[in-house]
Amino acid sequence: MKGVEALLALALAGIALLATACRGPAGLPSPTQSNLLLAPQAQPTPVGPSATGPGYRGAYGLGRDATPEEIATWDIDVMPDGTGLPPGSGTPAQGATIFAAKCASCHGDKGQGGLPATSEVLVDTRPWFERGNPRPVGPRTIGNYWPFATTVFDYVRRAMPFDKPGSLTNDEVYAVVAWLLNQNKIIGEKDVMNAQTLAKVQMPVRDLFVPDPRPWPEYQ
Amino acid sequence: MARQVSQQEIDTFVRRRGLFTRRQVLGGAAVVGAMALGGALDRLVLAQQVSEDTTRVQGGPASDVSKGRSQFEQPKRTVTTAYAGIPQISGTDQSQLVGVITPSDLHFERHHAGIPDIDPRRYKLLVHGLVERPMVFTLDDLKHFPQESFPHFVECSGDSSGHYRGLLETATIVDTNPLYSNSEWVGVPLEILFREVGAKKEARWFLAESYDGAAMTRSVPMSKGYDDGMLTYGQNGEAVRPEQGYPVRLLLPGWEGNINVKWLRRIEVSDRPFMTREETSKYTDPLPREGKARQFTFEWDAKSVITQPSGGMTVRGKGFVEVRGLAWSGRGKIARVEVSTDGGKTWGLASLAEPVLSKTSTRFRYPWFWEGQEAIILSRCTDETGYIQPTRNQLLLVRGESNYHYNGIQAWKIQPSGTVVQTYHEPPLQAALPTHLAGLWPLTPDCGLV
Repeated sequence: MKGVEALLALALAGIALLATACRGPAGLPSPTQSNLLLAPQAQPTPVGPSATGPGYRGAYGLGRDATPEEIATWDIDVMPDGTGLPPGSGTPAQGATIFAAKCASCHGDKGQGGLPATSEVLVDTRPWFERGNPRPVGPRTIGNYWPFATTVFDYVRRAMPFDKPGSLTNDEVYAVVAWLLNQNKIIGEKDVMNAQTLAKVQMPVRDLFVPDPRPWPEYQ
Repeated sequence: MARQVSQQEIDTFVRRRGLFTRRQVLGGAAVVGAMALGGALDRLVLAQQVSEDTTRVQGGPASDVSKGRSQFEQPKRTVTTAYAGIPQISGTDQSQLVGVITPSDLHFERHHAGIPDIDPRRYKLLVHGLVERPMVFTLDDLKHFPQESFPHFVECSGDSSGHYRGLLETATIVDTNPLYSNSEWVGVPLEILFREVGAKKEARWFLAESYDGAAMTRSVPMSKGYDDGMLTYGQNGEAVRPEQGYPVRLLLPGWEGNINVKWLRRIEVSDRPFMTREETSKYTDPLPREGKARQFTFEWDAKSVITQPSGGMTVRGKGFVEVRGLAWSGRGKIARVEVSTDGGKTWGLASLAEPVLSKTSTRFRYPWFWEGQEAIILSRCTDETGYIQPTRNQLLLVRGESNYHYNGIQAWKIQPSGTVVQTYHEPPLQAALPTHLAGLWPLTPDCGLV
């Protein structure tokens, strides 16, 4: 048993040694330069066609240029300022129909969750906390815990419905998001959601979120 | 531990080494028959498969792939939470494991949309955004880059979260620490990839996106990529397991599990975070007392747990017990582990198994003589930054009943019968709370605090 442990120890020590050693192959930065590589500004010695000209693919010459079509197909993320929001639009009324057909079987007809038990509660405008009380007093929902409306669009489009993720059209996503925002009393029932209007929606709990202040001893 | 050998044992040994008499063989068969009638069918089956004396028969043949573990070893993950009928979580049972490496097939699972089945020949990774050269890499490309390997833990952000509210006495380590595992990871340093595509100076964050049904995304500071982030394709000597992100997983040593995006398909470099669902409405720590939510908690604070003896196990009797456990820190190496066998009144230093490495499991061991009385055993670790693992009450006082990133001291109670149960070694928090808050802490009888 001792022997096996000693072997494992040796193996792990070997792993550690290897990892601290040089990362570059012959002709590329030497071990003594490895610290420099950690700095974002450090540039490797280029090999291949030309350091600046067309066809240069980095120090190792691996990979290929991405085509604009490839990027357009996969680049589906939406940022808080609305970057990435696609054309299209939808209203809470349209969203109600889609939600009933494609979402309510898990999230409940009013977005109250619980079908099955692990499904998210989507609609609840009451605070989940009570100042001074160390125990949460309610579920965290789109209405009381999501800081950006654009995130709802981004998430619904990429991950929902659970059984057919990514199957909603952009219009359908705008509509479902409009319904969810309306149910959470964030937009009116006639409000149309599109790339311009959704980016302007201010979520009520935007200021709830603070960056983690650690590392520092938080409990002393 | 040693004891005197009985005459009967010597007889048995001699008999096994020699020839059986006809009477002995028949007698043995009668005993086996009685066991079967008594319902011990399992034992009968085993008895048929296991040779009485392995030194006198040829064993099984060599084979191209192992048939697996000894038939007597059946460690298992515990499947827990299902979403829409599909299990998405299975927990590692560290009480069944030894050493520091979690066997790959026992590494915990947490999926957001199940395990995608990815053909490595069709795999591609797109890297774009604030880069000079938007590029696509195949798996072969990635494997051709300079390689790096390290043992690192992966711990789900929600591991041990039951402790915020309180766990029952019946809780085992699968309830307290199910979502912690440790593997050797092999892959490409992210900084090499960033240089390859020419990440621009204004780049501060990158988005990591998955091939899974949730196309799960997280924003990661570029600095972590330059520091020690990796794109991994190897785990414990072989390809990354499908449930761990085959063929390529983002590995950010020491950081909460969720951000180690599995089945990686896209990296988009940016000057700001993307504010995805998993870094806003999830994986943020609610601080209910202040009505705030902590965002971008990445590193795991130092944490330890005694794995043996632990909840649900039985200490075999008065006498020597080696207390064994694991300690780890998202900020570096473990400097020290202390063990208490009297509920925290006194502490002793545990020995640490070498080598002690950064952001990976460190096995600790502590010799103890159990007198047979009720005993509460604890472990408390300190990492190389000087950070000391807190108690549960320390965490609760600052955070309230939060949700993620729990790293408090874990206590086990050994009862005089030898059975081990989950417990809390500190007084109920009501007493520790300022008077004006005590009434606001509605303790429930089932939460283990009272």
